[in-house]
Amino acid sequence: MNRRRRHIGVALAAALVLAGCGEGFDEDPLAGSSIGSAPGRQSLGPATLQVLIGSATSVELEATRSIMQTWAQRTGNKVNVVASADLPQQLGQGFAGGTPPDLFVLEPGAFSRYAQPGALHTYAERLPGADDIYPNLRSIFTHEGKFVCAPKDFSTLALVIDTEAWAGAGLTDADLPKDWAQLEAVAKRLTTPKRKGLVLMDDVDRIGAFFKQAGGWLVDPSGKKATVDSPQNLQALQYVQRLLRSGSAAFAKQIDSGWSGEALGKGSAAMVVEGNWVIGALGKDYPQRKWRAVELPAGPAGKGTLAFTNCWGIPSVSKNRQAAENLVAHLTDVSQQNALGEGFGVIPSRRLAASLFARSHPEQQAFLAGADYAQGEPTAKGLESVLKDFDAQLLGLTSGADPKAILASTQRNAEQVLGR
Amino acid sequence: MTAEENVTNAALVTSGETNATLGTQRRRGRWGRGSAGSGRTGAGVSAKRGEAVAGWLFAAPGIALLATFVLLPMLLALWVSVLDWDGTYSPLSGRAPVVGLDNYAALLTEDGLARRDFALSVRNTFYFVVISVPVQTALALGLAMVVHNRTLRGRGFFRAAFYFPSVTSAVAISVVFLFLFSGSGAINAVLGFFGIDGPTWFADPRGVVHELLGALGLVDPSAPPEWLSGTRLWGLTLWEWLSGPSVAMSAVTLLMIWTTSGNFMLIFLAALQNLPEDVLEAADVDGTTRWQRLTKVTVPMLMPTVFVVLTMGLIGSWQVFDQIYVMGQGNPAKTTLTPAYLSYQRSFAEGSYGLGAAIAFLLFAIIVVLTWAQRRLLRDGRTS
Repeated sequence: MNRRRRHIGVALAAALVLAGCGEGFDEDPLAGSSIGSAPGRQSLGPATLQVLIGSATSVELEATRSIMQTWAQRTGNKVNVVASADLPQQLGQGFAGGTPPDLFVLEPGAFSRYAQPGALHTYAERLPGADDIYPNLRSIFTHEGKFVCAPKDFSTLALVIDTEAWAGAGLTDADLPKDWAQLEAVAKRLTTPKRKGLVLMDDVDRIGAFFKQAGGWLVDPSGKKATVDSPQNLQALQYVQRLLRSGSAAFAKQIDSGWSGEALGKGSAAMVVEGNWVIGALGKDYPQRKWRAVELPAGPAGKGTLAFTNCWGIPSVSKNRQAAENLVAHLTDVSQQNALGEGFGVIPSRRLAASLFARSHPEQQAFLAGADYAQGEPTAKGLESVLKDFDAQLLGLTSGADPKAILASTQRNAEQVLGR
Repeated sequence: MTAEENVTNAALVTSGETNATLGTQRRRGRWGRGSAGSGRTGAGVSAKRGEAVAGWLFAAPGIALLATFVLLPMLLALWVSVLDWDGTYSPLSGRAPVVGLDNYAALLTEDGLARRDFALSVRNTFYFVVISVPVQTALALGLAMVVHNRTLRGRGFFRAAFYFPSVTSAVAISVVFLFLFSGSGAINAVLGFFGIDGPTWFADPRGVVHELLGALGLVDPSAPPEWLSGTRLWGLTLWEWLSGPSVAMSAVTLLMIWTTSGNFMLIFLAALQNLPEDVLEAADVDGTTRWQRLTKVTVPMLMPTVFVVLTMGLIGSWQVFDQIYVMGQGNPAKTTLTPAYLSYQRSFAEGSYGLGAAIAFLLFAIIVVLTWAQRRLLRDGRTS
């Protein structure tokens, strides 16, 4: 075991040397032009596409695989789908070695890092359904005015309620919280010695929704300027702290749950702020739990929720760019998006597919309702560790940490990454 | 150079010139390679040269392997550590801007998140090492003595049992510990039996020393005095430096002690079996008590082994990665962040490979300095 823990530098370096030995490392990645109009060494005829996706549930993996195989059989190409347990790491290794996969799932957090140096093939605008994709999702994957890669599907946050606990506390549909004050009130009523009214995750992916509701956000609309330390964000964080310190709300970790969905399933939470992945998870792990989802209550500045998505990235050095582009066109086709949504319950990135999907899935309604105003994750390079640092400070809110100080230090760190 | 000379010297020795002093051997070694003739036959010189060539030839595969998989990667990592390289192309293509020592400066001198994270990781690992290394060494020695005892029944079983954690996958053990230490896990159930309300271990960022100071009434953890919370040292306040390991890190430390002590037990056991019986018998004849025999005879004779175990423990602990990757990934509140994990995270998750490589080299420097210091201390302890 000591041997396996060898010097990390050596491991890193070994990866780098392998990178150096990789095929085509002194090719200019820009030779093929990230615009894609000049096809470069584009290979013609049937291609074998290497596709890298994150390790999802087996259901999701199978659904993705079968849709890709259908396309492969129809077009005479081959598709080799690899599910990675550590996608960012495997992707980084592929790019550093000059042999990235032909098609891969890219997180917003890593988007700028690859788009900035022109490592991504810009194709999304040419897709048949490009205009139909939700504009807020498009803007996430837009770099310097160009829509680079197509969003796969997405999830939004909603308020998920344990209906038995709700009825048990004497609450009715009329009590569904519409604003912060009502949320605070119902959380208090739903709290028992064994149960918290509202359970959250201690990360920006949940707390950020409160920022939006207060009219603030982490970055300005250009995504290039940090706006963490704002009166709006402070108001939101103070509200969350008040909830936590009143005892009617808690972070999932503090009540011994891995995440909020687990707390709801175990009955230690009456309400949670979660995405629609909670639907599948509750059905699988806690099938007895009866729940419903409603839109997140509005804050002082109105409604706000967050959108989580990934895009289908195509490297500009890939020889199979055209084939990969065709595959993405197939994947973002309304009928296929709908089939994928059926398979594992994510909202299709195209409006048309999304509305079809919601018609057959009433339980997704609340999540879909947020789609139009949902805020996507920031994509600037280096912001990930800044937000991780923000997350690490959130647990302190319960024990009395100063929200102002948290925002100020995050602002400082963000400015260092983004520039003032 | 020395390897080269050794090969030549070996060649000389085999040809019968065994009585030469080291100095002349060196000189002859040079002649042996034919730089100057002095009364040796040409055939003799060429035979020596042939043997030298053969020696190099035999060593070549090893040297090539070392160069390819150790030396080259290290040099490349050193190169990357002075680049601002994002990993989307080859670092040797010349596209990556050379930033000199900027990455190191970001970690050591510039006020910012990178330095803060690195300082936190060093703090966490320092407490981790300070606890785990002495404890695992003492425990390993104790276990070795127990299973070395001839009168112990089922020695084979105990040896295997103590060694078992070392041969099991670190990831599997970490997962088991996650269950054991979960809020409603076995550890808290046992504590609950004694009426103790256990913490939520891996979600608890409170520093043990902070809590201890609070419990003793010396400092109020929620409002530390100004001289502690106001004085900054390398990006962290004195109060933060004083935190001690967090509750979460303490659980990781326990796991580390448990898994590595079996491994080191084996090394101690081998050393114990090599101790000369007559010395121990002489101690018996002199009428030593068991404690005297342990502290005055056995342990002093084991000092070289203790040194090896301490050094290996120190190096291994500073590089802790697997357990962190599985159990906390730096959470809660960055109190299980370690330099090795931070290097990985900055490089692969964020694409700041230059920074990641710089962290790796600073970690290397820390380990070299501490190993050297430990060596000095132990040597002094022995001679005094």
